[in-house]
Amino acid sequence: MANPLRAEVVRLYKNLLYLGREYPKGGDYFRDRLRAAFTKNKSVEDPEQIKAMIARGEYVVRELEALYYLRKYRAMKKRYYEE
Amino acid sequence: MPGRVLVGVKRVIDYAVKIRVKPDNSGVVTDGVKHSMNPFCEIAVEEAVKLKEKKLIKEVVAVSCGPQQSQETIRTALAMGADRGIHVEVSGKDYENLGPLQVSKILAALAKKEEAQLIILGKQAIDDDCNQTGQMTAALLDWPQGTFASEVSLEENQIKVVREIDGGLETIRINTPAVLTADLRLNTPRYATLPNIMKAKKKKIANVKPADLGVDLTSRLEVLRVDEPPQREAGMKVETVEDLVGKLKDAGKV
Repeated sequence: MANPLRAEVVRLYKNLLYLGREYPKGGDYFRDRLRAAFTKNKSVEDPEQIKAMIARGEYVVRELEALYYLRKYRAMKKRYYEE
Repeated sequence: MPGRVLVGVKRVIDYAVKIRVKPDNSGVVTDGVKHSMNPFCEIAVEEAVKLKEKKLIKEVVAVSCGPQQSQETIRTALAMGADRGIHVEVSGKDYENLGPLQVSKILAALAKKEEAQLIILGKQAIDDDCNQTGQMTAALLDWPQGTFASEVSLEENQIKVVREIDGGLETIRINTPAVLTADLRLNTPRYATLPNIMKAKKKKIANVKPADLGVDLTSRLEVLRVDEPPQREAGMKVETVEDLVGKLKDAGKV
């Protein structure tokens, strides 16, 4: 069994779940899609494939952080700085 | 070389929330509304943590004044890299009247008690937009101030600050100890991810009362009324220039 990978997958899931709470379209929207994406790949056994999917998940984490930062930066810029 | 940095963080209503005024116009609805760290305070924390990572300062202490929930804001600062936190407990009526003057008195007292050499704050809070706490704190401590900082470099016993001003950028050199306030372009704050929050649970948050610091919280201001901004009126379309001039005359503008 891909046991050490299982811990990594669970950790990734928890991180994404935490990050998704602030998703602009709503935390519920994000959580449903996150669950769907993870359960769809539930039966994958190949460690290489799993590692690739974890990497994709980490990419999504970085994308979300960038999204949140840009949103906030643009809002602050619009409110406080006259261009 | 400055050893200890105090960073002030404020718990405010989240920037993305639609603000509603209470029906009795006494204030803004805060119950059940999402709160988070003031965006400019996030930039302040990030700057302090960056200075520590560059080994230019030794310890970052996050401070927040407010009720129990302010501890969440301190936890976020700890997750971003602060070493420990100080929660100055202010609640109820005192918290409603808490303004820049009271906070700056608290920060000044804490700076002396903790022997801090640098205080970094956000330039203003997005809820009251006072833009006063940094300036008042510097005045109370008789320390120089580098406000609206968009770039900070630590030198021997001085700090070079590039400030964002109306005309452009102003570069100044000030002595330490000093107070800095962070502007939007100072840095890009890191996100407090779940693993970092878990690690931060081990860090300590001290609990302090304003009375312990000998600070008087009485306010010299009274909020009379809070109103929503006026609704934007619908525009009108006109066919010819004569119509436009006519309408302007009717409105008394010409």
